[in-house]
Amino acid sequence: MTSVLYDAPGPRAKRRNILYSIGFLAVFALVVWWLVTKLNEKNQLDWVKWKPFFTDSRPWETYIWPGLESTLTAAGYAMVIALPLGALFGIARLSDHLAVRIPSGTVVEFFRAIPVLILMIFANAAYSEFTNVSSDDRPLYAVVTGLVLYNASVLAEIVRAGIQSLPKGQTEAAYAIGLRKGQTMRAILLPQSVTAMLPAIVSQLVVIVKDTALGGAMLTFSELLASVRPMSAAYGANTIACFTIVAVIFVAINFTLTTFASWLEARLRRAKKSTGAVLPPAAVAGTAATGAGGGV
Amino acid sequence: MFDFLEGYDLLGAFWVTVKLTALSAVGSLIWGTVLAGMRVGPVPLMRGFGTAYVNIVRNIPLTVIIVFTSLGLFQTLGMDLGSEEFATINFRLSVLGLTAYTAAFVCEALRSGINTVPIGQAEAARAIGLSFNQVLRLIILPQAFRSVVAPLANVLIALTKNTTVAAAIGVAEAALLMKEMIENEAQLILISAVFAFGFICLTLPTGLILGWVSKKVAVKR
Repeated sequence: MTSVLYDAPGPRAKRRNILYSIGFLAVFALVVWWLVTKLNEKNQLDWVKWKPFFTDSRPWETYIWPGLESTLTAAGYAMVIALPLGALFGIARLSDHLAVRIPSGTVVEFFRAIPVLILMIFANAAYSEFTNVSSDDRPLYAVVTGLVLYNASVLAEIVRAGIQSLPKGQTEAAYAIGLRKGQTMRAILLPQSVTAMLPAIVSQLVVIVKDTALGGAMLTFSELLASVRPMSAAYGANTIACFTIVAVIFVAINFTLTTFASWLEARLRRAKKSTGAVLPPAAVAGTAATGAGGGV
Repeated sequence: MFDFLEGYDLLGAFWVTVKLTALSAVGSLIWGTVLAGMRVGPVPLMRGFGTAYVNIVRNIPLTVIIVFTSLGLFQTLGMDLGSEEFATINFRLSVLGLTAYTAAFVCEALRSGINTVPIGQAEAARAIGLSFNQVLRLIILPQAFRSVVAPLANVLIALTKNTTVAAAIGVAEAALLMKEMIENEAQLILISAVFAFGFICLTLPTGLILGWVSKKVAVKR
């Protein structure tokens, strides 16, 4: 547990650390105590408000599971559509032809600079004006479209970084044995870069799952967050309890994904299946690997 | 061609976006640095708190946090953050939410910066008898900050875009005005283009300038 920043604690440092711990605990306890009194004042801690989630299956069946299903459906569609699109644009940005490279670069930079909410609002209005998608389906369409536009451009950067992380010799060797450009990309570069980008792609899923909540807040998309209002109306103004349950579900899904991404990265580093550097999960809002970006 | 803009306070809305960004950026930089200090510090309890905070807050959608500040903190618990006006309360609540969320990312960026400082620096600092606080304050953090300008710029750009989420609780910033304008005017493409342009004007220069700064201040090793 020792770090380079401090020595293994001696007797004095141990005493000091205990003192710090007590001080920190006191401040923390004060905050918790203040919060609990506040919550108690407004009757948010009453068992009646929390009971429905633990003793009754109805809030889960009526609100939470359908909400979670919408969230995961939107995230799933967004991922499945954005991934090939992102790969296409990522490869296009590496093209030898200016006429391919510049437009695809512009598209990617454009959609990365714009908030995903703006894209969703636009998509929602565009579907109602130019298409005959039914108004029931429109929120889902809008959310998926916004997510695809934004995340495809982020994934394009991940793909580009993944391919660029491969040593130049890989391409040169492929050309030397007579492969054409397309074959080199398909047979040599892409398979290796997939290994390199896998952790970053998995952690991008976290961003997508989190962003679906925007649809619930702004576009009447009935996902998990949107189930808070009807739920707290049905079970006696238990806002805090509802938010806690929803937050815990989000944390559970996303924490699993984040942990899986880090585990994958560590494993791939050891396995050395690729000649390139394994890209770290871009969990930190846009790491060096993905450039500007990150997400909500 | 752009006469549909009349009657809307476009600059005002973007000004609110900028204010939200600036205040939350300052707040999250301070709180994120404190969290990073806790996460690398010698006190196990603080390390645990820092780790738990980052892992929990990072995985909750910002939208949930922002909506919670309004529905939970304000409407249920009555925290009005010292104001009686709805607009001010919502503005302050979203700064609070954005700060709490972004601090987790600032903390992670800083921590990765701390890892780039060569071990010898810390060892030398300890060898001349500096305490943990002094090592962190005088030796490690100044170098770490210089190496994380680029990642912090990304966090700042993400924050600028994330301020649109404040529209969910009715803060009169760009995204809310865009929604309102689309509902009232029949100029979907133009309106969207104007707002897209506005955000490009905010995010692209930030990235370029801070990218230049990061090259300028990086410690050459």
